[in-house]
Amino acid sequence: MSTSEIDRQWTTRLRRRALEKLPPEKTLPDSQPSYVSSWIYVFGVTTISALIVVIATGCVLALRGPTWWHGSSIGHFVNSLHLWSVEIFFFAMVIHLWGKYFMAAWRGGRAMTWITGMVLFLVSIVTALTGYVSQSNFDSQWISTQAKDAINASGGGAYFNLLNFGQMLMWHIVLLPLVLVFLVAVHVVLVRIKGVVPPFEEDAGQQSAGASHE
Amino acid sequence: MSKKNFRPDVDAPEWRGGHSPYDILKEGTIALVVVSLLTVLLSVVFGSPDDPAITIKSWSNAAPVDFATTALSELNGTSTTASYGAPYNHTPDASQALGPLTLEKWVGVRIPIDAANDFVVNPLRTLPYQTALHQGLANWSSASTSTRTKWVANYTKASAGMKFNGGQVVVNATNAGPVPVMINDLTKMARNGALDQALLTGNSFYSTDYTQSLLFISDGGYLGQLAAKDHLLGEQWGVMNETGSYPGSAWLWLYTFFYQISPYNSSGNGDILVLATMILLTAGLTLMPFLPGLRSIPRKTRVYRLIWREHYRNRE
Repeated sequence: MSTSEIDRQWTTRLRRRALEKLPPEKTLPDSQPSYVSSWIYVFGVTTISALIVVIATGCVLALRGPTWWHGSSIGHFVNSLHLWSVEIFFFAMVIHLWGKYFMAAWRGGRAMTWITGMVLFLVSIVTALTGYVSQSNFDSQWISTQAKDAINASGGGAYFNLLNFGQMLMWHIVLLPLVLVFLVAVHVVLVRIKGVVPPFEEDAGQQSAGASHE
Repeated sequence: MSKKNFRPDVDAPEWRGGHSPYDILKEGTIALVVVSLLTVLLSVVFGSPDDPAITIKSWSNAAPVDFATTALSELNGTSTTASYGAPYNHTPDASQALGPLTLEKWVGVRIPIDAANDFVVNPLRTLPYQTALHQGLANWSSASTSTRTKWVANYTKASAGMKFNGGQVVVNATNAGPVPVMINDLTKMARNGALDQALLTGNSFYSTDYTQSLLFISDGGYLGQLAAKDHLLGEQWGVMNETGSYPGSAWLWLYTFFYQISPYNSSGNGDILVLATMILLTAGLTLMPFLPGLRSIPRKTRVYRLIWREHYRNRE
């Protein structure tokens, strides 16, 4: 096989492109700009950590089926872990979001990072809703019968029926987690490619001639 | 890029300052351990709510008159479900509208519910043979629509004085045809649990679709009474609450807020108005990088100085 033939391979081109955009020192950095020095920066990794706990506890609940936790003290405890990791997940995510807002973290060609983060927040809300209505308890009954009106009013209720336990459970444990994990991966890769947004340069006369832009 | 073309809310200065050591794997591991421990701590201390689901059996035993009244509303077409419109039925002018947009009407009836037949008549047909009920259902089937309407109207008129005595629904109705026996036998059916099963399974052995059961239950007053005790009603900020003293969906606070104020809380189109408002606000936040003026708020409010205070202190 000639070198030029190898160069033309999809695999070769993808690998080179990936390494060009995301070299190892960006993927797993060992240093970061000195302005990255605030507690606000921990909420991104906290969000991902909470998501890992959410998924892990959800997997344990899935092992024994959707109604196991009602009749088992162990199951109930795992459900509690699932609930509280979700609360931590949203708490950290909201602080992360507003922290990034006040940093105007979309600057310097980072608009897609911001947008994927926002979409992640929205998908997380829908995932949480499907979780609430899949609990198979009083909360599920109340939340599904009330929330259906807004979904129906949008026309979406015909296809996304909150009263259909089987449909909601599948969305909650299969479809939406797949979307979430994919979006998290894209978001993190974008963060690694673009790096953390630098502070505002308050002295206009010191603006760098090499500033990055969209 | 020239200094002249630098847009401070779009562009970022290139960092030419120093770097600090950063162990991303160590940070991630510590975060995961801390979050896991915090999750365990919160779970041990607070647990999680699990109020059991109500059933049609438990509802009809706890509040038989409420159940029988609801069953009647399914029969006379006044229940929420019977008059809902799309996606359940073709009730005229029932769909919520956003100006000229009636999205649910455009999508149409995709989950057809015929409240009278699905919630009352058809379940009664699944019961073992009973002479009075069998004859009543036969009369119901053979009667004209106007006759049925007259029977139901006469029963409805007398139902204000409905009582439940000795396991029987008592209504002093005259010329109501088979309606008294239908409502009474449906209530008995509900109280022994057979209606739960009839509404769930339909013609299938397996089912995971509770649409009919939940719609029927939510048409009654019992579910709402229980929800009110747990502060779950819309006017109680219930969209973001859950049973017990738990944080619930605190992230829905703004969505819930709109349900507390006019015109959202007084409009017949409240749900779609709140949803549309939230979609608009969320789209604005999502597209913030492209919105001149709004994207300048972070720079102009200078909250970033708190975040990067060390950076600015070192520069001063």
